[in-house]
Amino acid sequence: MAGESSVKINYLGALTAGLWRENPTFRLLIGMCPPLAVTTAVKPALTMGLSVIFVLVCSNLAISLMRNLLKPHLRIIMFCLSIATFVTICDLYLRAFAPVMSEILGAYVPLIIVNCIIIFRAEACASKNDVWFSILDGIGSGTGFTIALCIMAGIREILASGTFAGIAVMPRGFVPWAAMQMPVGAFVTLGLLLGLASLLTAKKAN
Amino acid sequence: MDRVYILIMGFLSVVIVNNFVFTKFLGTCPYLGVSGRLDTAFGMGMAVTFVTAMSGIMTWLIDFYVLVPLGLEITRYICYIVVIAGAVQLVEMYVKKFFPVLNKSFGIFLPLISTNCVILGLCLFINIWGTNNLLEVAVLSTGTGFGFAVAICIMAAIRENLIMVDVPESFKGAPVTLITAGLLTMAFMGFTGMIR
Repeated sequence: MAGESSVKINYLGALTAGLWRENPTFRLLIGMCPPLAVTTAVKPALTMGLSVIFVLVCSNLAISLMRNLLKPHLRIIMFCLSIATFVTICDLYLRAFAPVMSEILGAYVPLIIVNCIIIFRAEACASKNDVWFSILDGIGSGTGFTIALCIMAGIREILASGTFAGIAVMPRGFVPWAAMQMPVGAFVTLGLLLGLASLLTAKKAN
Repeated sequence: MDRVYILIMGFLSVVIVNNFVFTKFLGTCPYLGVSGRLDTAFGMGMAVTFVTAMSGIMTWLIDFYVLVPLGLEITRYICYIVVIAGAVQLVEMYVKKFFPVLNKSFGIFLPLISTNCVILGLCLFINIWGTNNLLEVAVLSTGTGFGFAVAICIMAAIRENLIMVDVPESFKGAPVTLITAGLLTMAFMGFTGMIR
């Protein structure tokens, strides 16, 4: 009985680790391109996050299934190939069913292939653990990433155009901060958020 | 003469005006990870330039002469990633043999060039821009890699001085680097609109 419950906790841990303790963007500082590039508005950011969750879960599943066959020196290329396959599926799906989003995200959807988060999770988790654990880990990390994207996008969209996911939220006299829509807004927002995250962590530790 | 002009303008455009790091946010991971020291950053920039030039040309050739005629565009991403991984493998062997010191300071970031977004991004953008001439592709690829090298060297020079600055405890490391990068992009925004 004790063994069973400890296994359960373990699985729950895999699901929640990505949310804060191992949040890819705020804590591990990997996969920094999408949080900067696609966060001018909330909707594309959410689409991007969901795509990453899909690819992450599928590639974790595939890599976990073939983990006993992997040769060390061919590992990375196998990861890349399986990820590229799922990204192609995702890209074609978006093009067919969400053409507007596909247009906005452009080259950033195929760029999920080289997103460090997915390769990192494949290397650190899926190539060592069983299928269910890897799937839960994928969902957890992907959700953590999506939340980070949405926070960034929310801040930038509200300040840059006074709307949240297309709905006006700021009072009428609000002057939009054009800088938030530009690259400088992305870098500075992410920098401040990372500073805030490490401040919170330091407070918690004390 | 006109073609030379276009080529030079294209090169300057991807190095300065449309620098991949500053306007498209590609390659941010090594940009933050390897920019601690100037010599390492320079080596990294050169390695990336070589890989971008190689893989830009190779993927364009594969795309133009194999994938499009055979109607195999669906396998495009998979082909691209294989080409890039091969080019990185080449660089890795070369650096290991001739620059063992540099190899040590790169550490994990050298094999990770294959997951550098600049390279795959360039291959995809060449596709999106619809470039249909090998010379242009070669110039744009080299220029993109060179732009990355310029960006990472500027950053490394700033960070070497940043060590001596009194930064708030929680902003040390990545946060202050990101904010610096933000200010740098603002400087580079001054070039916007100079060339197409």
